[in-house]
Amino acid sequence: MSTIIDTLTITEFGQKLRAREVTAEQVTESCLRRIDADNASLNAFILVMADEARQQAREADRELAAGRDRGPLHGVPISLKDLFDVRGTATTAASRVREGHKADRDAPVVSHLRQAGAVFVGKTNLHEFAFGTTNEDSAYGPSRNPYDPQRSPGGSSGGSAVSVAAGMALATVGTDTGGSIRIPAAACGIVGLKPSFGEISTDGVVPLSRTFDHVGPLAQTVTDAWLVYRALLGGAIGRPPAPAPISSLRIGVPRGYFCDVLDDDVRTRFEEGLEALRRAGARVDDIEIRHARDVGPMYLHISVPDAAAYHAATLETMPERYTPNVRLRLEMGRYMLGEDYARALALRELLRREVDAALAGRDALAMPTLPIPAPLIGAVTIKVGATEEPVRNLMLRLTSAFNATGHPAIAVPNGTIASGLPCSTQLIGLHGQTDSLVRVALAVEEVQRETTRPRP
Amino acid sequence: MTIDSWLQAAIADAEKRGLPALKPVLEALAKSTRALRAADFNDDASR
Repeated sequence: MSTIIDTLTITEFGQKLRAREVTAEQVTESCLRRIDADNASLNAFILVMADEARQQAREADRELAAGRDRGPLHGVPISLKDLFDVRGTATTAASRVREGHKADRDAPVVSHLRQAGAVFVGKTNLHEFAFGTTNEDSAYGPSRNPYDPQRSPGGSSGGSAVSVAAGMALATVGTDTGGSIRIPAAACGIVGLKPSFGEISTDGVVPLSRTFDHVGPLAQTVTDAWLVYRALLGGAIGRPPAPAPISSLRIGVPRGYFCDVLDDDVRTRFEEGLEALRRAGARVDDIEIRHARDVGPMYLHISVPDAAAYHAATLETMPERYTPNVRLRLEMGRYMLGEDYARALALRELLRREVDAALAGRDALAMPTLPIPAPLIGAVTIKVGATEEPVRNLMLRLTSAFNATGHPAIAVPNGTIASGLPCSTQLIGLHGQTDSLVRVALAVEEVQRETTRPRP
Repeated sequence: MTIDSWLQAAIADAEKRGLPALKPVLEALAKSTRALRAADFNDDASR
């Protein structure tokens, strides 16, 4: 049975809060009730911070009553992937390797959220050390998809996505090394934004691959994701941007690798979404990114040795504390050769130039975020047409290229398929122009919302 | 080092370390490394 509920967006909450129709305490209590009701079955949270959240919410209400308004995130209940340091709590990374850890300070992004008035409801489950796409390998057990608890919510920020989709938080913050924000956003029917590489601080965040790690928001709408993104940057949030005029949009669709291996229902929904954009006046054309087909080997030969280097000491001293699959993949990284790492770095540069070229004269690239619907928990491989691929390879297939190139990318809900599972369109923007990508995403969200079925 | 000789050495080392489960993982890695080395972007020092 679905546990999806309709919750207030951050924008709606802000309006009601300032109209004195609702308090931060009330909406926080509502999120805590959802956690009480559903966390046992969905396993979204590793730590629920109920007392602290109530205290923060009351303080937010007191401040507002006294005339201090911290802006759009004032009093907003937010969850955090358990990779972020929050002072006084353990940063578990969903691993027994981190037993006994206690953060003595907030990560800078957590500090920025505090300054913006956010209320922290808890820390969310993830694939151990963010090293996986399904959330199955976690010392705290798998998170489950609210659309179908037999299925994965995606990963690695799986618990984060579940917390928003199931109304346990109004937004969340995740990390994305190969798609770990966009994949769970797509699997759970919400928005996930990976900003340009280097835009948001990764200090105080347990790394996976420092070459590819990004921090970003997951939320119910593109506007909400933008509000959290701006807060993560620090400083004033400002007013949300307006959607780009749809009739002037130029969108490139990279065929070949990005569209070769797609589940039939996913392909149909994606093409319907493109057709709706064309009907609304956008110019949509097909393009090719020649070396996209080499993304898989390139991604593997950089991300895995990066992760192995970070874990080398604990792989020697406490290997039994890792979940078996994560331990094996980390060990694999210790066998890779420098020559192949160098090849992968060279390919990354080439790919970056090819994506830049594909974006020349265009506002964004579009492709599905996930080539398959959310997989069943326990699935090892999935057949797509004539191809049978490991689940991990399929889930990373369309997202990891943009961790390598550093371009901003956003997953925007694109309705559901016949089975009731969510679909998602991924948009890629010009490097360093996350705001422009968000304007495109706002326009696409509007069109796709009009042409897709409502949530179950 | 060729991929075949690397794979042989890696599997032998994994077994010596008590990690026989690494064998299929290393074989999958070898497949990926072959693809990386065969890709047309690679440098050719003679040109």
